Amino acid sequence: MRVADVRARLERLGAGVTTHVLRLGFASRFLGYLVMHSGTALKRFRLTTAEIYFAGVLSLIIILVSGMFVGMVLALQGYETLQRFGASESLGVLVALSLVRELGPVVAGLLFASRAGSAITAEIGLMKATEQLSAMEMMAVDPIARVVAPRFWGGVLSMPLLAALFSAMGIFGGYVVGVQLIGVDAGAFWSQMQAAVDVRNDILNGVIKSVVFGIAVTWIAVFEGYDAPPTAEGVSGATTRTVVTSSLAILFLDFILTALMFTGGTHQ
Amino acid sequence: MNRSTIDLWVGVFVVAGVAGLLFLALKVGNLASFSTSQTYQVQAKFANIGGLKVRGPVKSAGVVVGRVTDIRFDNETYEAIVTINLGAEYQFPRDTTAKILTSGILGEQYVGLEAGGDGVMLKNGDRLRLTQSAVVLENLISQFLFNKAAEGKPEAKEPAK
Amino acid sequence: MQQSAAAHPIVEIRKLWFGYERSRPVLRDINLDIARGSVVGIMGQSGCGKTTLLRVIMGALRPSAGEAKVLGHATRGLDTEGLYAMRRKMGMLFQFGALFTDMSVYENVAFPLREHAALPEELLNDLVMMKLNAVGLRGAAHLAPTELSGGMARRVALARSIALDPQLILYDEPFTGLDPISFGVIVRLIRELNDSLGATSVIVTHDVQEALGVVDYVYFMAAGRVIAEGRPDEIRSSAEPFVRQFVNGSSEGPVPFQYPAPGYDADLELASH
Repeated sequence: MRVADVRARLERLGAGVTTHVLRLGFASRFLGYLVMHSGTALKRFRLTTAEIYFAGVLSLIIILVSGMFVGMVLALQGYETLQRFGASESLGVLVALSLVRELGPVVAGLLFASRAGSAITAEIGLMKATEQLSAMEMMAVDPIARVVAPRFWGGVLSMPLLAALFSAMGIFGGYVVGVQLIGVDAGAFWSQMQAAVDVRNDILNGVIKSVVFGIAVTWIAVFEGYDAPPTAEGVSGATTRTVVTSSLAILFLDFILTALMFTGGTHQ
Repeated sequence: MNRSTIDLWVGVFVVAGVAGLLFLALKVGNLASFSTSQTYQVQAKFANIGGLKVRGPVKSAGVVVGRVTDIRFDNETYEAIVTINLGAEYQFPRDTTAKILTSGILGEQYVGLEAGGDGVMLKNGDRLRLTQSAVVLENLISQFLFNKAAEGKPEAKEPAK
Repeated sequence: MQQSAAAHPIVEIRKLWFGYERSRPVLRDINLDIARGSVVGIMGQSGCGKTTLLRVIMGALRPSAGEAKVLGHATRGLDTEGLYAMRRKMGMLFQFGALFTDMSVYENVAFPLREHAALPEELLNDLVMMKLNAVGLRGAAHLAPTELSGGMARRVALARSIALDPQLILYDEPFTGLDPISFGVIVRLIRELNDSLGATSVIVTHDVQEALGVVDYVYFMAAGRVIAEGRPDEIRSSAEPFVRQFVNGSSEGPVPFQYPAPGYDADLELASH
């Protein structure tokens, strides 16, 4: 490879990194502006309520069904392995902790990003492409306050509720498979679970995770929509980027949060 | 989709979500923890706390009566100072022994309390005088090897006689 | 030479330069006045800068050099509040209407009224119906924007842009893609609304013949400059070559047919053998 080729590649790499850093900076300023101008979204709560409907209520079916299946699979797989150590009575513990600590926030977050996140990006992107946002600005109404902020808060408020419902459905699914189908003792299932799952450490931390994921996913979704080039390809690219970036962000943040929250026992 | 229908469904959603959270907190977790009830604090010093962690349980006769809240190192006596929160309804005599035990063979470690016979009870801020440190696996093994070696030596001496 | 107005011109632009980058100006040394109460057309080819000029008047773009005074305020020095205050006295019709697709026709027209005036519902209803009646679409009040034809959508957008009785109405290519009847309707509405509201209208378009029939004054632009101006009859009889080519719609004239390219022979495969 010639020196010129190598140099060209490095330049492109550098330009790519710079673009991403610039974009991240712009996105941060956007978030700051959005939060500062959230007055309308909170005072006229009807706007936010409508967005909670579109982001949260319409995601309910996929969340509940997926939650149930995940719980059921956990019970099946878990039983297989646990009964080899004679620990099949701990099935409840396995299902509950897996869901509440990890799978609830993460999988619900990924599903939310795919369904609601992409819908929000497409909607805002399309409004930008058809000049609806400019028209609003021309009528002296700040489109970020009126259109973007309600969607942001709608997503942030929906996400923890969806994650909790996912975990709850999963535990129910695990109960159905574990106790009703496989035959693990119901009493042991629930009592061991209750002894092992701590409200402060496990459930609260799971809720914190889902709040963080909600903020990340919705931020990415509204930003990509607002920043999308006003063309068909632009909007479709933005929608894809929302799903991909949100998913990566969720997994990355999950690692950070898990390290902070759940390995806290190692330092006294 | 008119206003009131949206409001209705959002209301249902929020109620369902909160219900889910409550279910998790009450039926799945152990909300009946010591956070709400009255507690008093006592301290105990150990030569070795092993794998005891903050928030580990304190049990007596197998029943959880408190939690470990703080673990510190005393730089003068080179011992560990463990602070324990005990439920106010559990009264222990002043000469209670605190031992660091393990649940199961390789499970987590906890503080076990064995009640003494003193008439005076522990108060908030008291210190438990009688303590037994954790059993450290390495010490056990080296003890075992040493004993084995000691057994072998007298036998080895005999043939030499 | 412009239509003399007793009052101050609503829009005064002096020595305006604008470019997104310093090295490539989109607007060069623009000077124009828009007299109160008149309907003024800004015409030119695609890419001549007329839409950019409209955005400068709107306040969406700040001048790089020179001054743009709209409704008495210089747009350069305006903060967000001042800008929004100025825009409440203006109305703008976007190229394809830009109606809010998640609201009905009624809600679209009611939007500026709801946002800026705290009116009781009955009064709001009357105002919305009046505006829709003025554009002839009172019966369509409860339709969704997706159910409207292009012409109807544009008329609803027009009703929305006059909801607050603006002093200045801006039109960005209002005639694009309309059938002859809708075309005639819009042309008529522009004139009628301007006169009945006592407003001033600025139309950016390249539909020469029809526009010349409705405007009081015309500015012609090419490559970012104003190259000709005058009343419609003056424009029609103008000897300026570009204006002639534009008005007659001929393919030969100062604006060449061929996009700049190297010699024809160089591109032909046959000739090179």
